[in-house]
Amino acid sequence: MSTMLRINRDKCGYCGTCVAVCPEDALELIDAYLSLERECIACGICARACPFGALEVVHEE
Amino acid sequence: MKSNYDILVVGGGPAGALAAKTAAEAGNSVCLIEKRSAIGTPVRCAEGIGKELLREFVKPDPRWISAEIERARLIAPNGTTVNLEQDRAGNEVGYVLDRKIFDRELVWQAAEAGADVVVKTRATAPIQENGVVRGAKVLSVGTPADIRADVVIAADGTEAQFARRAGLDTTVPLREMMSCAQYLMTDIDIDAGSTDFYLGNDVAPEGYLWIFPKGERTANVGIGISGRKSRDGTRAKDYLDRFVAKNFPDGKTIECIAGGVPVCRPLPCTVGDGLMVIGDAARVVDPLTGGGIGNAMFTGRLAAQVASECISAGNCSKEALMPYDAGWRASRMGVLLERNYRVKEYFVTLDDRKLNTLAESIANISLKEFSVSALIKELIKRNPKMLLELKALKDALS
Repeated sequence: MSTMLRINRDKCGYCGTCVAVCPEDALELIDAYLSLERECIACGICARACPFGALEVVHEE
Repeated sequence: MKSNYDILVVGGGPAGALAAKTAAEAGNSVCLIEKRSAIGTPVRCAEGIGKELLREFVKPDPRWISAEIERARLIAPNGTTVNLEQDRAGNEVGYVLDRKIFDRELVWQAAEAGADVVVKTRATAPIQENGVVRGAKVLSVGTPADIRADVVIAADGTEAQFARRAGLDTTVPLREMMSCAQYLMTDIDIDAGSTDFYLGNDVAPEGYLWIFPKGERTANVGIGISGRKSRDGTRAKDYLDRFVAKNFPDGKTIECIAGGVPVCRPLPCTVGDGLMVIGDAARVVDPLTGGGIGNAMFTGRLAAQVASECISAGNCSKEALMPYDAGWRASRMGVLLERNYRVKEYFVTLDDRKLNTLAESIANISLKEFSVSALIKELIKRNPKMLLELKALKDALS
């Protein structure tokens, strides 16, 4: 079982709020899309802060 | 784009534009890079600014002023409305800008002053030697390049990744990140001369919902809530959709944007060796109002002035750049940031009942002066029963 961050690009408003609250500097807002560029610890802080609910920590087998 | 400049500015918003313009006018070679493919879009802003503040930096121009504001209204949870009218003629309230045009105008002015401007170019990491910032590694339309500079001015907004990668902690605590959503709406019944602020824990927990007119029947309708109040079903967009469905069911939304406004205290230090941090990246947004345009331009100009002196003197160390940090902290802006932070910290503790009581106590007064301090003094005067808890507010003013 592993946890990972899922970005729903259809919901994302590419505003960068998640980038500013990420304690690991793992997210990157590149022009008009959001990308997970470095190691994510799946803390879920970005998912809380997102105004549109575009981020989700998911658990996978 | 060359490979070497006196000053490299990362970010093409109002902070970066004022820094680039000021630095170029002082005779420096300057490059401003913007990661987006266009200056000014997408907008991440409610677009309000005080008239006098704006005029300190740029001559008002109807091409980028959407509306002139004459009054503000605070609407408490129970509907009690506090009208903040300008008492004296000439005591002006504010403008609502068209940031798409405004930002372009500022960057245009920087370019005319001699700065190079490059878009779709992203700083991926600082170039550092023995901890000293010497420039930035960039991706310019996908092509890697090094841009070296004596001073890098980080103006990369809410994300604030450049300073973070140079070793400053710019992470915003969840509770102090305002999670925001905004619709540019048209065909709605509004008071085109009033900025309206709706308060309450059911409307906008630990934040507010705003209506900033952009014309007769059009406005920025937006909301900011504390990140800690944001969850599935209670996100900024959920609150905004509920308000719009109730108040503007027939309105048309022609733009939908998201944004994050940091309402924490400013960075503990906004300079490093070869590095200066300005605007939203330095966390100099007014924590009470969320306003950031004026402070961005102020810190941008001041940083460039200090950087110019340091470059002339051949010393761009942290110590040499420190007058910028000390300068803005000692300025009126610095003092107001600390005061409004404390006022904000008090207001977020209020439940709806107390918000109603406070609003009712000042609902029918006419303030001589349109300011936060005048409003707070009136609240303290009119609520003797809450004197003990209003002490926090009183202390914030002193």
